[in-house]
Amino acid sequence: MSAFVWLTILTALRILARNRMRAGLTMLGIVIGVAAVIAMVSIGEGAKQAVQAQIATMGTNVIIIFPGVTSASGVRGSQGSAVTLTVSDAVDLKKRVPLLSDTGWAKRDVMQIVYGNRNWNGTVNGVSPSYLTIRDWSFTSGGSFTQTDVESAARVALIGQTIVGNLFEPGEEPVGAVIRLKNVPFRVIGVLAPKGQSAQGTDQDDVIFIPFSTAERKVFGTSFIGSVGAMFGSTDQVEDLPMAAEQIREVLRARHRLQAEQEDDFTIRTQVDIGKVQEGTSETLTMMLFAIASVSLLVGGIGIMNILLVSVTERTREIGVRMAVGAKRRHIVMQFLIEAMTLSLVGGVLGIILGVTGAKLTTLIAGWPTIISGNVILLAFFFSLVVGLFFGLYPANKASRLNPIEALRYE
Amino acid sequence: MSALIQCEDVWKIYRVGDMEVQALRGLSLTIEQGEFVAIMGSSGSGKSTLMNILGCLDQPTKGRYRLNGIEASNLKPDQLAGIRNQQIGFVFQSFNLIPRTSALENAQLPLFYRGLSLKEQRTQAAAALRRVGLQGREHHYPTQLSGGQQQRVAIARALVTSPSLLLADEPTGNLDTQSSQEIMRILDQLNRDEGITIILVTHEVDIAAYAAREIVIKDGQVLSDHLTKGRPTPSPVGG
Ligand SMILES: Nc1ncnc2c1ncn2[C@@H]1O[C@H](COP(=O)(O)OP(=O)(O)OP(=O)(O)O)[C@@H](O)[C@H]1O
Ligand SMILES: [Mg+2]
Repeated sequence: MSAFVWLTILTALRILARNRMRAGLTMLGIVIGVAAVIAMVSIGEGAKQAVQAQIATMGTNVIIIFPGVTSASGVRGSQGSAVTLTVSDAVDLKKRVPLLSDTGWAKRDVMQIVYGNRNWNGTVNGVSPSYLTIRDWSFTSGGSFTQTDVESAARVALIGQTIVGNLFEPGEEPVGAVIRLKNVPFRVIGVLAPKGQSAQGTDQDDVIFIPFSTAERKVFGTSFIGSVGAMFGSTDQVEDLPMAAEQIREVLRARHRLQAEQEDDFTIRTQVDIGKVQEGTSETLTMMLFAIASVSLLVGGIGIMNILLVSVTERTREIGVRMAVGAKRRHIVMQFLIEAMTLSLVGGVLGIILGVTGAKLTTLIAGWPTIISGNVILLAFFFSLVVGLFFGLYPANKASRLNPIEALRYE
Repeated sequence: MSALIQCEDVWKIYRVGDMEVQALRGLSLTIEQGEFVAIMGSSGSGKSTLMNILGCLDQPTKGRYRLNGIEASNLKPDQLAGIRNQQIGFVFQSFNLIPRTSALENAQLPLFYRGLSLKEQRTQAAAALRRVGLQGREHHYPTQLSGGQQQRVAIARALVTSPSLLLADEPTGNLDTQSSQEIMRILDQLNRDEGITIILVTHEVDIAAYAAREIVIKDGQVLSDHLTKGRPTPSPVGG
């Protein structure tokens, strides 16, 4: 049987080579379908991974609680516009929601930062030390502030890479330098490792952290002491996020004495929620791809079926001869199925080449990240095989049911 | 031992619309292993219909046909295909070679369906081509061969499986006299040297003369069946 299959494949290839034009046109649907799938899945995957990498920069299993009501997309009004969340909320949450491994809080303001004769308008965040661990900030030099710094409202600062780039000479060591925020001198004790863009597209490295206590007492306005711009929590397990969010809501509603009919005066977002919003976009893209691919593969399949039916008619006499010398039904079925699959596979391989090239060109020209996964290529290969098999079935079956005498007489 | 071919009251009835065509009407016939039989008769008398049944390409509407003791009248298509592959070789008037396929590959075809290894297929097909004097033409396509040569490829394809029965329906019908004689000499030799039973349909008396027995068909029945006087002395096969 293997000699039979092998020779049949060779014959199929020869027939294909003989009718290159016809075969090429027949395969076009498959080629385009497969190429579209490969190119777009690669682009989609690239975009998805980029977004996931950005979301990962938020920290690990993070829950964010903003004051006020926030739209579903996660876009919110200016932080701190409502003063409904306080440090004591955050402290109490840690006690009353055991799923939370830690809570932190932050308050921010944009102001001028001066170093020597240089200055820069950047975001200054007053944060609890736990905030830095929840958000997974690490340091390229120096380190975080201590509990003593917090208690004494020490004038110490941690600065991000963008600030370093704008205030310091290349190669200059920022740790130990003194910068001024609203004319208050701060000693730089740590340089933050870069995080790049956030999922919302803001520069996360354009940032300065100072102790929350220092910010309240020495830099920010003194109104609303104890109010925070945002609270942060984290859980040990990602699965715990929804449950923790629900418990936080209950605790906060109770603390804020909200009646049953009143809306929340805060908004809770978990890292998973934020990821979902971003993934929603790539899901739309995936559905679109799926539609394009299905239609192309269907059209390609019908093309193959059509050309095979033509081929069966053209080669009726040949089929008769084969039957006369002893071809059984399964031999004839196999022959045409193999021809169909050869067509669709060659089309599939051309499509894969075209798709991969397209994806690479997209990266090269448009600069979009693309990820060409072996799975997609395997899937495309498999799909073209299935298309050939499925659409070859009818012509092959038709050929195998020919009457040998009539086939031999066919003009 | 039973005869190679036994037909008993064989009928073949075609229905075309409301009309009924009785191509064979209760034909009975016995042919022994090793015979060389010519079937003659006017056009439409049912010769090809009979050959198709003898070759297991078709089955009788009524009656019994036994080949080598096997009742072929009620076999399934794949079983018939198996019998054709194992026991029967065909030579057609219009050669019926597969186009754009070399002489060797055409001669290989029955072995291909036997599932032999490629190497065996090649060796045996090449040997068959040698027997019909086509050595050196293995890689020619049908369009690169003369009619007589194409028919010799067809004979090689028929004999490559060493069949017990070779059926030739007007094998010289499309050939000139010289090629016809060459083909007949090959068939004659196969019959003499290998004992292959040959049944040949022809309209030409001098072709029929190669056979040892002549059966005349008329209106789907045997009109006459007799041994011929003799056969021309065989002469070597030309290349
Ligand atoms: N498939 C068919 N459908 C209907 N009638 C058929 C069919 N095949 C043959 N016949 C009829 O059966 C009769 C015998 O045909 P057959 O082909 O056997 O004749 P033949 O003796 O071989 O003639 P020729 O010498 O012209 O080849 C003819 O009347 C023919 O019209
Ligand atoms: Mg005839």
